[in-house]
Amino acid sequence: MVAYLSVAAVLFSLGLFGVLTRRNIIGILMSLELMFNAVNINLVAFNKFVWPGELTGQLFSLFIIVVAAAEAVVGLAIVLLLYRNWQDITNDNINVLKW
Amino acid sequence: MEFFDKIIELIVAAPGIIFTELSTRPVFWLLSMMMLVSGFLVVTLKNIFHSAIYLILCLFSVAGLFILLQAEFLAAAQVLIYVGAVAILMIFAIMLSTNVSGNKRMTTQNGLPVSIISAVFALGTISFIIMTKLNVVIKNPEGVITKGLWIGSKGELPLDNIMLIGKYIMTEYMLPFEVVSVLLLASMIGAIALARKERS
Repeated sequence: MVAYLSVAAVLFSLGLFGVLTRRNIIGILMSLELMFNAVNINLVAFNKFVWPGELTGQLFSLFIIVVAAAEAVVGLAIVLLLYRNWQDITNDNINVLKW
Repeated sequence: MEFFDKIIELIVAAPGIIFTELSTRPVFWLLSMMMLVSGFLVVTLKNIFHSAIYLILCLFSVAGLFILLQAEFLAAAQVLIYVGAVAILMIFAIMLSTNVSGNKRMTTQNGLPVSIISAVFALGTISFIIMTKLNVVIKNPEGVITKGLWIGSKGELPLDNIMLIGKYIMTEYMLPFEVVSVLLLASMIGAIALARKERS
């Protein structure tokens, strides 16, 4: 249990590092997928070791997988749109949002 | 006769013996090392296409970990959705938007020290929680109170948990299931509407 949690923690930190360092938006999305996977490992491990009578953790991570897929689809569509408009998908040039 | 009885007993008990904690441990370490190394390569490689390939390897290892955790349906869903759909979609987006072979648009790192500090801080916080909050008192569904369960408890999921997942989705978790379906439909329509060429 502790081993699974530790591995998931390391994977989550790797994903966080990737989100912060990548300049390519697709790289950021891939690091986000890593973080989602770390969370899924945590949920399934908790389900198996803490509350094995019900399958709440597995169902929850199933929903997380589906939502992550939806997020990736919309994110990649936005990336393609950005590329079509500006021919550039690095995030240091995308600073046009005003407030 | 007694000898044969012993052998039959051993054969019947074999799956339980093979699937013990001790014998799955090398598989666990192999899978997690694969996952962590490929995850590290995903976030550090210069070529974004190579990191997409390593992302596929990493997601496969996560599916293996799911099988070790007795979540077979989740492992299958992981392979189908992540490896089969999301990673391929990423590769498509990379090849449509980036000049992969030329080194011009390769990503470089920015804000490296701050990122390292915050990642290490997050890792430290999570590890602190894991290491210190181990002694929890919790009641099992049967009413048995256990203590310090994070270290000691050997959870055993029911062997027909795929069937149980189907049952739960169709009964108790019907509403989230339908909401997720609507969300998928909405994201599909949104992606098509975003990526379509404007016709003016």
